[in-house]
Amino acid sequence: MLHTFVALVEDKPGVLTRVASLFRRLNINIVSLTVGHSERVGVSRMTIVCDASPTAGHRIAASLYKLENVLEVDDVGQLSHVARELALIKVAATPKTRSMVFELVEVFRARIVDLAPESMMIEITGVESKIEGLIQVLNENGDRILEISRTGRMVMRRGQHTSRVLDAMRVPGVETAEDKIGDDGAAPSDLLMAEETGL
Amino acid sequence: MASKSKGTNQTTPAGNTTASGRPGNSTKLTGAEIIWATLEGEGVDVVFGYPGGAILPAYDALRKFPIRHVLVRHEQGAAHMADGYARASGRVGVCVATSGPGATNLVTGIATAMLDSVPIVCITGQVSSKVLGTDAFQEVDITGITLPVTKHNYVVTRADDVARTIREAFLVAKSGRPGPVLVDITKDAQQAAVEFDFAAAAPKPHRPHPMLKTESASIVAAAELIRNAKKPVILAGHGVLQSRAGAEVRTLAERMRIPVASTLLGLGGFPASHPLSLGMMGMHGEAWVNEAIQKADLLIACGMRFDDRVTGTLATYAPNAKKIHIEVDPAEINKNVKVDVALIGDLKEALDALLPHLAPRNEKTESAWVKEIEASKGVCAVRDIRNLPDSGHLYAAHVMHDLWRATEGKAIVVTDVGQHQMWEAQYYKHDEPRTLITSGGLGTMGFALPAAIGAKIACPDKEVWVVAGDGGFQMTAAELATAAQEELDLNIAIVNNGYLGMVRQWQEFFYEKNYQSTPLLSPDFVKLADAHGIRGTAVKTRAEVLPAVAEAQRHKGPFLINFLVEKEDSVYPMIPAGSALHEMIRRPNNPLVEMAHD
Repeated sequence: MLHTFVALVEDKPGVLTRVASLFRRLNINIVSLTVGHSERVGVSRMTIVCDASPTAGHRIAASLYKLENVLEVDDVGQLSHVARELALIKVAATPKTRSMVFELVEVFRARIVDLAPESMMIEITGVESKIEGLIQVLNENGDRILEISRTGRMVMRRGQHTSRVLDAMRVPGVETAEDKIGDDGAAPSDLLMAEETGL
Repeated sequence: MASKSKGTNQTTPAGNTTASGRPGNSTKLTGAEIIWATLEGEGVDVVFGYPGGAILPAYDALRKFPIRHVLVRHEQGAAHMADGYARASGRVGVCVATSGPGATNLVTGIATAMLDSVPIVCITGQVSSKVLGTDAFQEVDITGITLPVTKHNYVVTRADDVARTIREAFLVAKSGRPGPVLVDITKDAQQAAVEFDFAAAAPKPHRPHPMLKTESASIVAAAELIRNAKKPVILAGHGVLQSRAGAEVRTLAERMRIPVASTLLGLGGFPASHPLSLGMMGMHGEAWVNEAIQKADLLIACGMRFDDRVTGTLATYAPNAKKIHIEVDPAEINKNVKVDVALIGDLKEALDALLPHLAPRNEKTESAWVKEIEASKGVCAVRDIRNLPDSGHLYAAHVMHDLWRATEGKAIVVTDVGQHQMWEAQYYKHDEPRTLITSGGLGTMGFALPAAIGAKIACPDKEVWVVAGDGGFQMTAAELATAAQEELDLNIAIVNNGYLGMVRQWQEFFYEKNYQSTPLLSPDFVKLADAHGIRGTAVKTRAEVLPAVAEAQRHKGPFLINFLVEKEDSVYPMIPAGSALHEMIRRPNNPLVEMAHD
């Protein structure tokens, strides 16, 4: 099952290696990992998506915290959140075949950010399934995809939660109601996901 | 002086004076001098190391500081000595090595400390920051190499950062679940001179792991389970020693009349001579210990991590027992064994919070359970090799038993890895914490001799015994020269059976006695000792054991005894890897072993 963690880490050399090495050591595959600045100076924000057993979340979070450079960890998997990914897709398109791509871009609420005699570049933002949907339709239409660059998932919890509030930690051995549903009582995330695809 | 006091690695009110005796508020020192001044401020009076090019500035500055340097013969020995020093004293051990091969030679010792959660600080020299990453002479990415086997590591490229980094390294090493920390310091950072102020370099207070959780609801739940248990067992691990929670565990056991089983590293945390002590659990634990765990209705795990050597196959581990796990590392909770109540925090603090919830137990229930365990000992005790008449064979078990008697169980025994390690754990009864030092998690052969040197230097007034096999001893035998040079009053017992004994035992049980590559030709260890100027003697019969031990005890300086024991003896009982705890190989009616009764 896919787990999503947000980790706030010190912005120092080698920190990414330490985080990545932890997953390697646990023999867990990282599906995507995005890093960038956070709202705090000297602190980077990582969104890590990994494929691990359903019960692995606690141990991954606990192990991440054992890294000296990791400041905060939030296992957002079960909690209500907004997830987004950005993709740049370059397709082969001549002046004759462009209109079909324009149509698709319109439907997917994407946009064209580069136009060349032989190619076009599409920028699309959304949840993974939306991006994969566009890629699939492009492939089915016979539009030749030349390049795809995806950022991987980045997430932020909905509502009042800020990264300073760490009420998200759930420790096994003590069952809490929060383990079952999002603590803000929001709708299950898969429903929200569908609503956000825009299709 | 800032901190000549031995008792602690606590941050000293440095600032007052530094090593060089000058007022410490602000003084200009080289990075090399700052290394030693900071170590001195942290309460360090001995380091174990080996010089070389990239650490030479530091060695040049050492003469100005009241820190003893123990020259090792291989850097692995330096790491093990720091480890043995830390385990014997409860303080942070320090080792020093140069860049490249000096640093890589530390790795086995660092991993050993990591797996057994021992606080050590390793300082390595590194090539100048200007040539970092160019494959300069003796350059190696030691922080990259040691990343998975350290709690944390640092590269220091500026003299300004030396003091703060070393102080932080000490804090990280000893806080929470302890472990090794490596500080890699470039040559130019050692050479530059900067202002030094020990007090100003104080690290921020260590932030506790945010997932620690010993809330009152869990305490109440744990107390409830303990009150209602009919067949409880306490599992005492290394955390009992590290948290100094021996008294609290004993109070819990005595107040609630709960028998205590120990892990290998937990031995000594609860007195072996205590009526409620069961002894060691796990792969080579006595049958009744493991049977008690399998029959228990409650396990109270105190500072242990349900290692596979302790649980056997997890599917059948203690199937009827509720489990309370008291553990400082949140990542250990539910890792191997799913627990019912987790108290995540310092063991001593957790027990202090738990004990007021427990009124003394009704005696009747206790005696039924303890009697049941007592009855299950059955013939095991009779088959115990100690009960057998002297047949002329010298068994390692006899050696351990006699060593225990001769030292009145008070020595610090430092064991290597293999059969002798298990025999020691079975037959030497440890009543005091930190009297057994052994490589449990990593199982590092060659650990004993260097770790014992560290232990002896930490506790010069204690009797210290190395107990090693003929195989493991040869892995780090070069450290005999260190023991001789330091004129340590160290006793060395080699349990010599001419085999890599534990591997041979596995070959006997599981590989159809195909003794591939396990017979071992060794030098004459007594002559080897003699070549180092170390006295020694060989022992071939049981009658010679006690006189030889007595001679070693009388002798001032290192003394080596080569015990030539039964060649194909095995450690019993044994749970084959991957089997359930109760599916053990019992002591056989072996023609090799003349049985007293059956």
